Amino acid sequence: MNKPSFGINNIRIIDSYNNVDKITDIVIENGIISNIADGLFLKNKYSDIQIIDGTQKVISPGFIDLHTHLRDPGEEHKETIETGMLAAAKGGFTTICSMPNTNPPIDNSTVVKYVLDQASKFNLIKVLPIGCVTKGRLGKQLAELWDLKESGCVGFSDDGDPIYNPEVMQTALQYSEHLGLPIINHCEDLQLSKYSSVNEGKISNRLGLSGWPNQAEDIMVARDIELARKYGGHLHIAHVSTARSVQLIKDAKTLGVSITAEVTPHHLTMTDSWLLGHQKDLNEFSSLGSKAYDSNLKVNPPLRTKTDVEALINGLKEGVIDAIATDHAPHALQDKITTLDDAAYGINGLETALTLLLSLYNTGHIDIVNILDCLTIGPYNVINNSIEKPNGIKVGSSADLVLIDLSANFLIKGSDFISKSKLTPLEGMEFKGKVVMTMANGSIVYKENNI
Amino acid sequence: MNDLQGIESLKNYNYKLSDSIKNLLDIDQLTKADIETIFSITKIIDSFLVNKNKKSSLLKGNTIVTMFYEASTRTRVSFEEAGKLLGADVINMSGSGTSIDKGESLLNTCLTLQSAHTDLIVVRHPHAGAPNFMAKYLANTKIINAGDGWHAHPTQALIDIFTIKQSFEKLKGLNITIIGDILHSRVARSDIIAFQKVGANVTLCAPKSLIPTTFVDSSNLDPTDPYNNVRIEYDLEKALTNSDVVMPLRIQQERLGEVSGFPSTREYSSRFQINDRTLTYAKPNAIVMHPGPINEGVEISSEIAHSDRSKIEDQVRYGVAIRMGLLYLMLKDDNREASNE
Repeated sequence: MNKPSFGINNIRIIDSYNNVDKITDIVIENGIISNIADGLFLKNKYSDIQIIDGTQKVISPGFIDLHTHLRDPGEEHKETIETGMLAAAKGGFTTICSMPNTNPPIDNSTVVKYVLDQASKFNLIKVLPIGCVTKGRLGKQLAELWDLKESGCVGFSDDGDPIYNPEVMQTALQYSEHLGLPIINHCEDLQLSKYSSVNEGKISNRLGLSGWPNQAEDIMVARDIELARKYGGHLHIAHVSTARSVQLIKDAKTLGVSITAEVTPHHLTMTDSWLLGHQKDLNEFSSLGSKAYDSNLKVNPPLRTKTDVEALINGLKEGVIDAIATDHAPHALQDKITTLDDAAYGINGLETALTLLLSLYNTGHIDIVNILDCLTIGPYNVINNSIEKPNGIKVGSSADLVLIDLSANFLIKGSDFISKSKLTPLEGMEFKGKVVMTMANGSIVYKENNI
Repeated sequence: MNDLQGIESLKNYNYKLSDSIKNLLDIDQLTKADIETIFSITKIIDSFLVNKNKKSSLLKGNTIVTMFYEASTRTRVSFEEAGKLLGADVINMSGSGTSIDKGESLLNTCLTLQSAHTDLIVVRHPHAGAPNFMAKYLANTKIINAGDGWHAHPTQALIDIFTIKQSFEKLKGLNITIIGDILHSRVARSDIIAFQKVGANVTLCAPKSLIPTTFVDSSNLDPTDPYNNVRIEYDLEKALTNSDVVMPLRIQQERLGEVSGFPSTREYSSRFQINDRTLTYAKPNAIVMHPGPINEGVEISSEIAHSDRSKIEDQVRYGVAIRMGLLYLMLKDDNREASNE
């Protein structure tokens, strides 16, 4: 891939790795950031390269996604490592952590090697595998975590399923501690969640669906915190969705427990009331819209209430939640084009993550710096024992960055997705702000036509 | 026009539902005026049904499919009978013996029926929202929800209000008590909306474990939520005091999990059964209703179920007329024969 040269003037650089937030000019030559200073383009020095107008735009280091389902190996009809990487690049991600609930699962070094080899074929972005905590994701016997780490895994998870047996969780935390990698738990008490499709509350009642109560998550989060408090290890809570979980994590951090947490863009921006079929959060109780029971809104954990969403946003602002992770979970059409009960859990996340998050910025709920922190240094800190700290936007570094246009309109159309899954509950909705270019390792891995 | 006989004479009237009602998915789609329209037509139809002047050809040329993915006696029979008495061709379909057995998806089954010129599907499905899902994809076939999961059973709610109307002059201010497995009941969810729409007061009575949490969660009060305006009583005597209508529901064993929500049928019956003793808590002229099927000796005693206080058989009787009225109103304008005249 070619290493381009261009400049951007009057660009706001938000670099969380180096604590930079300033408006200036930047030049990239042959894929290397060669100059950052004010007034670079006043002289003729750069007359031979393209200068992009940086007004209403932001540059950030490339995003890291801690939670991507690439479906490869085993379900390549839903996504492949290649299509997943391309979708990630379109979403501004230059590093993604691939979840191990594949077939076969990533529970031994051979499968890790397969994922890394596939990813390296395309020379696009970094793929960092997450290994299973238990063999076959069965929750019984620990997978060979040391081997997994040495073959390239950056964390361990049985995601999709919780680590149910507390003794297995205890042992995993203990055994993994000196490996320095997080044990990432999908916190769900299955007896309480009952494999339901939606949050338990007035919406589940209105729709006549059995509910997945907050307590199914809270209880598991509390259990894991108590185990980590006693037995150590690095506990990472995947896709936090409830207000109470945020409080539990906050308290655990105060007590000095080694705990980190992530939240998804959809849990930060959507509530269970979307299931009434109006593609928005409703304050008023309403009759069902034509999009009621949209199976594209079926995610695990389920979309919660406004109270939970507010707590999650506050959790991000206060640093209780470290990272935003997409939980990109692509599915084939036939897995979703059915009743809510029969549909698969999961939402297409990579390509809509930033624009959803910017909707919080556009409505004044959260600062853009905070959002970008949680897409860069936040997730880096969760896996900082496995990877080098990114350089950020620094002269002399190979460009690994996202160019965001805050003023661009983004009409969401599933058919425009690069992901193999063309399904989204946001179909037809219009947002403001999007990724217009992504560079990884000095090369352009995604670019809008008008840039 | 005067030569129209029996049910054919409906042609003399210009009854119409709101334009928005292409499908009947949920009771809250119907305005009070729509409900009145359905009741007016039901009254006329019922008067002919009792005179044995039952058959008409009003919907001749229409094809109705009853698609039942769950067991049913009265709903299915009454829809089938309703369609046939109106002259439509009615085809009954269930899971076994069809391509559903071969793994055909709900969507493909529906598209097949639509391609086969089905004008209306009456659907019962264990999954809440299945009729809403179908409605999204069927442009040329109408849908009536005959019960979906715990969500809704709109025609049952119509039957229940109509039945109550036959015993009481005014619905406004009536006290209606529903007893039993509210959690799993689509009838309760539709009835509560319908009863409140006509101005009745609703009380629910059951062990707390059989009532949806949102009904009892006072921190979640929302005046626009029809389910937040119900009274909850855990004590049957208190719940029945001043009741005009007493409606026990069946314990839906098939939807209860391993932890079944209460310790035993014996203990449940001893505290919540409607019988000669407990019915005295209600008003002397209170009527007893039940959407069926009944488990006699559990939620209701046999004596009460078959007493003259019981309107259970009336509910079934009106079920046919209500469904005839609804089918007629939903299909009459695209009656093929009529448009050829």
